[in-house]
Amino acid sequence: MAEWIRACATDDIEDEDVIRFDHAGQTFALYRKDDQFYATAGLCTHEKVHLADGLVMDYVIECPKHNGRFDYRTGAAKGAPVCINLKTYPVKIDGGDLYIEIG
Amino acid sequence: MDRVVIIGAGECGIRAALTFREEGFTGTIDLIHGEPHTPYERPPLSKPCADGLSLKPIMGALDLGPNKITLHQDLAATAIDRTAQQVLISNSESLAYDRLLIAIGAKSRPFLWNDRHVPNLAYLRTYDDAVRIFERVTKGSRLTIIGGGFIGLELAVQARSKETHVTLIEAAPRLLGRAVPAEIATVIEARHRAEGVEVICGANIVDVDSKGSITLQDGRTIASDLVVAGIGSVPVTDIAAAADLVIDNGIAVDGQLRTSDPLIFAAGDCCSFPHPLYDGKRIRIESWRAAQEQGAHAARAMLGATDDYQSVPWFWSDQYELGLQIAGLSGEASQTVRRDLGDGCFILFHLSDNGRLLAASGIGLGNSVARDIRVAEMLIAKRSLPDPAALGDPALKLKSLLTA
Repeated sequence: MAEWIRACATDDIEDEDVIRFDHAGQTFALYRKDDQFYATAGLCTHEKVHLADGLVMDYVIECPKHNGRFDYRTGAAKGAPVCINLKTYPVKIDGGDLYIEIG
Repeated sequence: MDRVVIIGAGECGIRAALTFREEGFTGTIDLIHGEPHTPYERPPLSKPCADGLSLKPIMGALDLGPNKITLHQDLAATAIDRTAQQVLISNSESLAYDRLLIAIGAKSRPFLWNDRHVPNLAYLRTYDDAVRIFERVTKGSRLTIIGGGFIGLELAVQARSKETHVTLIEAAPRLLGRAVPAEIATVIEARHRAEGVEVICGANIVDVDSKGSITLQDGRTIASDLVVAGIGSVPVTDIAAAADLVIDNGIAVDGQLRTSDPLIFAAGDCCSFPHPLYDGKRIRIESWRAAQEQGAHAARAMLGATDDYQSVPWFWSDQYELGLQIAGLSGEASQTVRRDLGDGCFILFHLSDNGRLLAASGIGLGNSVARDIRVAEMLIAKRSLPDPAALGDPALKLKSLLTA
């Protein structure tokens, strides 16, 4: 069943950056760009590396280990060594807090 | 151009083959693979993984058929006939080419004692090597590793996780002498010692007996159940040399990865090329990422692209919970700036006389240095002259220097 989970305060994420969020045994990556927020699965689809250690450039998150790249708005994999897209999650802001919808 | 032959189905050869198709090439592609297994990734053979040893196919290795790429598995290229433009393979067939890519990789440098191979000495290069080694790396068994480079150290990590007794012998005064700054090598050595690895640097071997017992000059004798040598690798050049291609620390290629024969290219661990970022100095790179990039670059060059390969060399290694990453080449650096990231994590920036960033080396928990190393890589590629004070200030976001 889908549910909205408070992930963090919006101020916890700097512009064009990413942080890690763990909840109920799952891990997520949360992004901020020009005051828009995005959420994806936290682990790279190639070798289960935490994406939050990677570098954000514009709308691309790059895996810290093997440089697999994803568009974090859509989860689209952008070429070798990643071919499987990243799952994305809906987000909403309420009173300075970021919520993601999981389940 | 209708016929492409690629020798070697590692990261480099596979990426090259798929790049031809991505670029719209419709001719034949024959890929010669010297091993009996589906083309697989090598890093997992020596790098820690909770699930143990497994054969992980290279991304794309399972897409060869649908892309009409013919894999000649468990067959070796035995000769190149440049006049007839064909490659002879070990089942006596020959494959004609319009363009040939040699992506045959490197092999373990042999450890010779009195000019002879040592019986029962193992090397870690292939999946079959790894299977043989890990059968014998068991709780309570004794493993001796000759060579304090990445292969030996990563094997030591795996062996300790299985509670094997590990002795690591290095002839040089410290570990990782070739590619890693002393400050970082010291951290890695301490971590291995804390884990119970007996590290012996500056070791001078005076005898190796037929059972693999090693005697050092200080009189110590080290008996073990398995000895593995990890003393570097050498490029595979024999068939290129036999075909009279120019060899210079590997198969010599130009900036577009073309050999001395304009129809033949070489890429990956087996080739040396002039690097534009380092005054055109001829270098050879042994790295997972460079192998892929060079394979793709060579394919595009064979299809007519004219740009030079100039990616910044980059590699990583995991040592227990520590992750090391290095971008660039620090050989010509004259000053070093240290950036401390907390929890013992730090990055060293290596700068030239005139302040150009040449390389960055970092070590920290997990992938904690990855982001800054990636930014450093971009700064190196841009030939940046970053403010050393900014590099050393962890409060300043490194990414801000990219637009400075």
